Amino acid sequence: MVMDPKKVIICRCEDVTLEEVREAIKNGYTSWDEIKRLLRVGMGPCGGKTCKMLVLRELAAFHKKPIEKLPIRPTAVRPPLRSTPFRAFLKEEEL
Amino acid sequence: MSYDIIIVGGGIQGVATAYELAKRKAGKILLLEKTFLSAGSTGSCAAGIRAQFGSEFNVSLMARSLQIFEHLAEELDVTNDFLELWQGGYLVLAYSQAEFDGLKERVKVQHRFGIATEVLSPEEVAYRFPRVNIEGIYGATYHKRDGHADPLHTTFAYGEAARRLGVEIRQWSPVTRILVEDDAIQGVELADGTKEYAPTVLLSAGAWSTALARTAGVDLPIWGEKHEILITEPWERVLDPMVISFSRGFYIQQRPHGSFIMGLPPVNPVKWYDPEEFDFGPNSDFLSRMSNEATHVLPFLAQVNVVRQWAGLYEMTPDHHHIIGPVDEVRGLWVAAGGSGHGFMFGPVMAEQLSKWMIGEPMDIDLTPLAFRRFKEGKLVVEPAVVG
Ligand SMILES: Cc1cc2nc3c(=O)[nH]c(=O)nc-3n(C[C@H](O)[C@H](O)[C@H](O)COP(=O)(O)OP(=O)(O)OC[C@H]3O[C@@H](n4cnc5c(N)ncnc54)[C@H](O)[C@@H]3O)c2cc1C
Repeated sequence: MVMDPKKVIICRCEDVTLEEVREAIKNGYTSWDEIKRLLRVGMGPCGGKTCKMLVLRELAAFHKKPIEKLPIRPTAVRPPLRSTPFRAFLKEEEL
Repeated sequence: MSYDIIIVGGGIQGVATAYELAKRKAGKILLLEKTFLSAGSTGSCAAGIRAQFGSEFNVSLMARSLQIFEHLAEELDVTNDFLELWQGGYLVLAYSQAEFDGLKERVKVQHRFGIATEVLSPEEVAYRFPRVNIEGIYGATYHKRDGHADPLHTTFAYGEAARRLGVEIRQWSPVTRILVEDDAIQGVELADGTKEYAPTVLLSAGAWSTALARTAGVDLPIWGEKHEILITEPWERVLDPMVISFSRGFYIQQRPHGSFIMGLPPVNPVKWYDPEEFDFGPNSDFLSRMSNEATHVLPFLAQVNVVRQWAGLYEMTPDHHHIIGPVDEVRGLWVAAGGSGHGFMFGPVMAEQLSKWMIGEPMDIDLTPLAFRRFKEGKLVVEPAVVG
């Protein structure tokens, strides 16, 4: 069965479909870094745990290159890794 | 291959200038970007836009930039939803009488340029912005057309429009050297050893411009200064204006998407001239300092979750103004960098005016005081209203 790309959700946090990703690639956004910033895939709370691989696979097919050969900027670790309320960071005298 | 103009750096400045040049039919243009468009300071910034400056020069520039932002969606054939242009105003809080008096002086300048900033008493702040804690506040100024936009989408929209006008944008293509012969620009060399030729090179590589200019024998006084920033989970809209304080350094805004974005300047700023030194890692005290400021001025924030923090560079100059225009020492070399923490909001107007300058058309707002030669001539430009 062929799935309708309009209905295939690639990023659940930000509700991005496969069709949107393909459209972006067609419009010249041909790297993970650009697609993330254009569509917000991977910017939600999960940080791209599932969507990133799916987008990379689409890009690999487009560039006809293995995933390891795709242009990408090394990602930085950006704390906090879990959502944390502001009050948890207040200095003691403020509490 | 040879071009009329090569632009180095794909942040807001380089990309917007590429578009404005192409629109004025400046010839064959190549833009070279080390990684991808918006990867530098532009992609890490808060993208606040305000006309609440203090010098006539900056107020006139930002009055024009606001107009450009207000019509940018049309100009670039996108929507305001895509640009995430939000005009909820800037609320500038004063924490002493002297600070309040200073803000009021600036408002006089703003009014002369048609910027309708209002002066508010603490009671008026409490009435109009009930979420704001007025403890310690002597007054505030508010300009409702100030706001913010999405820096990534704004840059991408300029990029797409530039491509449609024939600009060649090459990403993942770091420039390693500016080629000069007999004090005249020849072109640039790329990391893979290839060379591209043009009689005009525009250096718009933000904090990276200094290292690149050195390859042409030019010593630019631009350094990177690390600034940290964070984003929260999305909430329903509860805060319309960007809330800022020049004396305490904080700025806090809510994006159309619902998240709050906020930052504070570093306690001990360090000057980095060499990209080898750039460090984007978190400082241990930022989260606690930011939390204290944020929950003091907007107490409801205590319940909001922080999702992520990051750091970027302010590309600073000695007088906190851009270096823009031709470099006298090397014929054909132009610079547009050094926005000093407000390069995003000035991007569109600087691009518009610079493109006119580069093709020899008269500028509507004279940018010549910002040329590199001001440092040799000792003519620095002064602006009283800056954060950090
Ligand atoms: C935390 C933070 C908050 C900020 N908040 C605001 C704000 O609210 N409002 C505002 O107006 N401004 C703000 N700024 C400042 C603003 O981000 C910058 O002034 C502006 O983005 C500079 O744009 P630019 O195009 O000059 O430089 P950049 O965006 O840094 O672009 C330079 C580009 O050059 C590329 N490059 C570097 N080296 C090379 C090379 N060798 N070859 C090819 N390309 C290269 C880089 O990859 C980069 O894409 C903030 C900055 C930070 C860090």
